[in-house]
Amino acid sequence: MYNQTEVIKDTTELGPEGELVINMGPQHPATHGVLHLVVTLNGETIKKIEPHLGYIHRSIEKMCESLTYRQFIYVTSRMDYLSSHINNTACALLVEKGMQIEVPERAQYIRVILNELTRIASHELWLGAMAMDLGAFTPFFYAFREREMITDIMEDTCGARLTMNYIVPGGVMYDIHPEFQTKVKAFIKQFKEKVTEYEDLVTNNIIFQSRTKGVGVLSREDAISFGCTGPVARASGVSCDIRKIAPYDVYNKVEFDEVIETAGDSFARYMVRIKEMNQSIRIIEQLIDSIPEGEFVGKTKNVLKLPKGEFYQRVETARGEFGVYIVSEGGTTPHRIKFRSPGFSNLSALSHMAEGSKIGDLMATMGTLDLVIPDIDR
Amino acid sequence: MTNEEIKEYISSHAPSAIYDETGEWLNITIEATEWKKLAATIKEEPFQMDFLFCLTCIDWKTHLTMVYHLTSTILRHQLVIKANLNIDLPEINTVSNVWRTAEFHEREVFEMFGIQFLNHPDLRKLILEDDFKGYPLRKDFEDPINMIKL
Amino acid sequence: MELKEKTIGNEKFPGIIHETPGGGIVVSTFDSVINWARSNSLWPLSFATSCCGIEMMSTASAKYDFSRFGFEVARASPRQADVIIIAGTIVNKMAPVLKRLYDQMADPKYVIAMGACAISGGPFFYNTYSVVKGADHIIPVDVYIPGCPPRPEALLHAMIALQEKIKMGMTREQIRTEFKTL
Repeated sequence: MYNQTEVIKDTTELGPEGELVINMGPQHPATHGVLHLVVTLNGETIKKIEPHLGYIHRSIEKMCESLTYRQFIYVTSRMDYLSSHINNTACALLVEKGMQIEVPERAQYIRVILNELTRIASHELWLGAMAMDLGAFTPFFYAFREREMITDIMEDTCGARLTMNYIVPGGVMYDIHPEFQTKVKAFIKQFKEKVTEYEDLVTNNIIFQSRTKGVGVLSREDAISFGCTGPVARASGVSCDIRKIAPYDVYNKVEFDEVIETAGDSFARYMVRIKEMNQSIRIIEQLIDSIPEGEFVGKTKNVLKLPKGEFYQRVETARGEFGVYIVSEGGTTPHRIKFRSPGFSNLSALSHMAEGSKIGDLMATMGTLDLVIPDIDR
Repeated sequence: MTNEEIKEYISSHAPSAIYDETGEWLNITIEATEWKKLAATIKEEPFQMDFLFCLTCIDWKTHLTMVYHLTSTILRHQLVIKANLNIDLPEINTVSNVWRTAEFHEREVFEMFGIQFLNHPDLRKLILEDDFKGYPLRKDFEDPINMIKL
Repeated sequence: MELKEKTIGNEKFPGIIHETPGGGIVVSTFDSVINWARSNSLWPLSFATSCCGIEMMSTASAKYDFSRFGFEVARASPRQADVIIIAGTIVNKMAPVLKRLYDQMADPKYVIAMGACAISGGPFFYNTYSVVKGADHIIPVDVYIPGCPPRPEALLHAMIALQEKIKMGMTREQIRTEFKTL
């Protein structure tokens, strides 16, 4: 009657009596994308988790071998779509490093302000989605209220709401909208008033705290060994912020703190992200009034060709350390591109973190890992 | 640690190393057979390279090259280690017992390039379908049905 | 006795009501009433693979609310959903999953293909070995929305277009033969 998919090969081993193997996903409201987890349960306790990836593998690395150095930047917007400006900055910085292009200061200031706004928007969406996974529907709407203000600012300046190809090698594509500064200041004012709402509603909520404290603990040695970066590693005590270790653009001129917690559980990861939003506001406040006048893009040739050699650029996205590695033979297209995505390494720590806990705790752990699956599968 | 100290130390452990300082970081090319011993040494004193942040492979049509990017969270220096492999029988020792992040990265390189990692705990396909034929990221991969060339 | 036209909200109820003592009598065809009820209460399945999913979530949130059009409850299970909004790229590994979800939905079911990737493979059309070049290779699609990603207003426009299509009352094959000459 209807075509069912057939089982070609069953790869799970048979376990003892009482063990249950269930599938979470690929279509699931809480996996934030298409992630397939095969969970082996004993009652309600998790014995083993195995992630199956590849349900959104779009063969980006093979495709980029036939795109020129101006064209491959749009693809990175669609990999980790919640930090699209930051991914574009990584690619632009790499091409500038390889071809020795000067970036004017005005463009550097604009880039940093847009990066920090993107970071806040990504953390807002994470907050809404994580609270919804745990059963609280209200923070979702509050988070989107702030996020819509940011996407309005992006739409005025860059032309698009989600995947904006605004940052190009040499600077930015067009000058900022005349009302950019007033709108950003209005947003900062509203954010500071409303962030206390999140504190009251979510952080000080006794149910939320008992669901996330002590859940999904990741020790410091494990975080380094699994290659975790970003808020996941900073909540376990590892200091790994690329904006401090290898600063790019004007990050060496602004003052901000690197937020580190030592508990390593889900509540620590939550607090790191909330405090990071406040630090991003601090960075924007220092820069928004002093954007220098000048050009918004440096002089570049029409056809870009990277010299023969290898280049690597690291940036700090909202999820962790993103790296672009290009091996070039001197032509107009790269010989090999590799994108080091933060979610890939963070996901490999999931089965270590969640073994032995209950299935309800798995939702809290996965929510605080903040995975974006197209970033993992590329 | 300066580049000279690094070069001296590595040459004493892996005599066939070749150094290349033209890029941003020091590149070291070693033989594939020496990698297992060298990996265990670099993680401890005096380098303390405890963070492997990128593991990939490049296809040069005549041979394959494995590339490992390492850094240290304590001393804050970076190192790039490469190993050339034979294209007919590419094999190298796994480092997932030293840095656990290599488990997933090596599975991905296995399915994309066809490199066998010796002593890997669980080497099978991660991202592609289970019955996918061929190694997609190699330069001689042809797929006339799916790939539409511009 | 006079004939009064009753309006509910901003949508005309398809039919007229005779006011008689003791109540009223509705005079209409069954089909138009059933189609009107169906189109105003379509429940979507939460299926988002990549970037267009975020614009679908924005449409669901308070600024561009889609629950005022009847898409109130987004069901997680396909057996309780009426419309599937394919938001994102479909790859070879995901195609059997999509077909299975579509088969598990109960009739009458509708499909909206959102974004360039679901229409034709989008930006991933050339030189990729794993992308299905268009979701309509897998399941039949009713409404296509262009954009990468489309704005929330575009998704609302598509939902209203789907509602109009349902109220017309024809099946997919009838529409195809009806509009072949145009």
